[in-house]
Amino acid sequence: MSDTDIQDEAINVDTEKGNFKYPENYAYDAGVGLNEDTIKYISDVKKEADWVREFRLKALEIFKKKPMPTKWADQDLENIKFDEIRYYLSKGQQPSRTWDEVPDDVKETFERLGIPEQERKFLAGVEAQFDSEAAYSRMKEDLEKEGVIFVGSSEGLEKYPEIFKPYFGKVIPTADNKFSALNSATFSGGSFIYVPKGVKLKQPLQAYFRINAENFGQFERTLIIADEDSEITYMEGCTAPKFETATLHSAVVELVALKNAKIQYITVQNWSSNVFNLVTKRGMADEGAEVKWIDCNIGSRLTMKYPGVVLKGKGARGEVLSIALANDGQHQDTGAKMIHLADNTTSNIISKSISIGKGRSTYRGQVHMPKHLKNCKNNTECDALLINTNSRTDTYPAITTRGENNTVQHEASVSKVSAEQIFYMMQRGLSEGEAMSLAVNGFVNDLMKAFPMEYSVELKRLIDMEMEGSVG
Amino acid sequence: MNTLEIKNLNVSIDGQAILKDFNLTIPKGEVHALMGPNGTGKSTLAKVMAGHEDYTVESGEILLDGVNILGEDPDEIAKAGLFLAFQYPLEIPGVSIANFIRAARQARLPEGEDINAVEYYKELYAKMDALKMDRKFTARSLNEGFSGGEKKRCEILQMSMLNPTCCVMDETDSGLDIDALRIVSEGVNLMRGPERSFLVITHYQRLLDYIVPDVVHVMFDGKIVHSGDAELAKELESKGYDWVQEEFVNAPA
Repeated sequence: MSDTDIQDEAINVDTEKGNFKYPENYAYDAGVGLNEDTIKYISDVKKEADWVREFRLKALEIFKKKPMPTKWADQDLENIKFDEIRYYLSKGQQPSRTWDEVPDDVKETFERLGIPEQERKFLAGVEAQFDSEAAYSRMKEDLEKEGVIFVGSSEGLEKYPEIFKPYFGKVIPTADNKFSALNSATFSGGSFIYVPKGVKLKQPLQAYFRINAENFGQFERTLIIADEDSEITYMEGCTAPKFETATLHSAVVELVALKNAKIQYITVQNWSSNVFNLVTKRGMADEGAEVKWIDCNIGSRLTMKYPGVVLKGKGARGEVLSIALANDGQHQDTGAKMIHLADNTTSNIISKSISIGKGRSTYRGQVHMPKHLKNCKNNTECDALLINTNSRTDTYPAITTRGENNTVQHEASVSKVSAEQIFYMMQRGLSEGEAMSLAVNGFVNDLMKAFPMEYSVELKRLIDMEMEGSVG
Repeated sequence: MNTLEIKNLNVSIDGQAILKDFNLTIPKGEVHALMGPNGTGKSTLAKVMAGHEDYTVESGEILLDGVNILGEDPDEIAKAGLFLAFQYPLEIPGVSIANFIRAARQARLPEGEDINAVEYYKELYAKMDALKMDRKFTARSLNEGFSGGEKKRCEILQMSMLNPTCCVMDETDSGLDIDALRIVSEGVNLMRGPERSFLVITHYQRLLDYIVPDVVHVMFDGKIVHSGDAELAKELESKGYDWVQEEFVNAPA
């Protein structure tokens, strides 16, 4: 297929950013459905060590045994057809170090998403994953010289087992939940990062996850280890085209912040409305360390994601700042977990959700402070904004506090954008979409100030796009 | 040329007629006051002119610079040049005055064209100075926690920044103390000119001491029953609305 044909194919779709796809053309395809052979196929293609293969097969058993969490979660989970999903698709490529070496269709995909441009502007390194494997991976040379490792999961486990194996699957055990087990069985791609002692990255590392194929499941696995006194900011973005059928994205992200290290993990997802996004994210913070999750959930059919921090060492700090936007037909089931396991640990959760039309937002929070601890603090704020009367929002906070001088503060609010507010703004010349967008931006404004500039801009753009699309 | 022509406008809400064969013409550059007792349809008229969807328009026309705007969306009407200063301005949390007005200005530009931020702020500050608004106001959330007077001043600020050809002011004097009333009126008087017309809706004559109208209309039960010059407002003030009813409504045709 010539370049022009590829162009035309891509142009003949909706103009919304992200909603385009290129023809499928894969060297490796694990086929449809999930069984031991699927797992062995993935392991073979990746030429994995025996322990990794065993890890996967054991995870598959756990996945099969665990029930769907439909007792408490959305019944829509029952509509995931595990037998119809494709679990591994790759072009057989090694991640390229220059964009020129990336296959044209993949390169164009990422160019349309603005990745190479962002890399030039403000990133220390980029990994771009297309379906199951990374197509591009590059980090600035000076970081390599300082000993920073930024590779995919397979390369990480193969080349640096002494660094990654001790923490792999430890922050989030395989059996944590059904989807962490699924990821542990089928994982491919993602980022494995190690930041050596005392190294402070001034610019963020970024990964971009792109689903291109229909009926596909993307299961990236990320593990970030920040050694003592180091600092890193990691950003991830994700998109997929709109398919008729459901697509599954189920990642596992483990963060390890050793003594006095700082990790900031930023997500801006913009999934199309057919994606089940079921992600497990947890960080471990040692003495004096800080783990901060900034999590923006836009799009998807159902998102279930509760980033957590295990505050393991004295004086550790954990933070989750999240924004969820549930449009018609979408359910954002998000929240945060703060597990205090040492004295003087503090945690902060600020969650803002927006529900539009029949969109639904759920906040689930867990704050745990056991009896033997002293001087721990948690602050939780969760605010919901409803745009029109059909939308629904629920809050399920679970707070257990015991011990001395431990304080927990929880505030929740629900507000509405009224028809009169929209009329007022439209009377000033704004379209209905612009008016709603402005109201939403106003609602998240104070939280966005805590985000890096580049991501605030991107997020604002995504909100504008989503609100424009929500006006009938 | 007339800025505004309303012809035989009939409007109802929930089956109840509110405006009944309402007619009004405002020539370019003139200021007309619309007075009348509560519940007579003044605010309904303002909202219908601005395209509010809660009302059912049974028949009639509203021509703005010769073009019918009835049935258009509120943003289209606004962009066509009609500005409504609200009786009860809405609060928009998290959206600063500066960003709101900027977004409204941006909405009037062709696609791909951006506002010149330096010039925009220069103009904004100058107009705020004229309305004796503290510059710190630009960063405050629109109308959130504002006093009645601050809200009304903010309405006039928006009105002057958006450059409308037809300004409809709905009970702008309500909730204003005498100082605020004077400042707001001065802001309006600065905007008076041969290219712009005003419809000043008010219950009381007080505002018209400061914004002197060319024509005063008295509205009663959904239509204008009497019109006159600025003196009419004073007559109304002394004689009361009962006088209107006896003189112009109950009088045999």
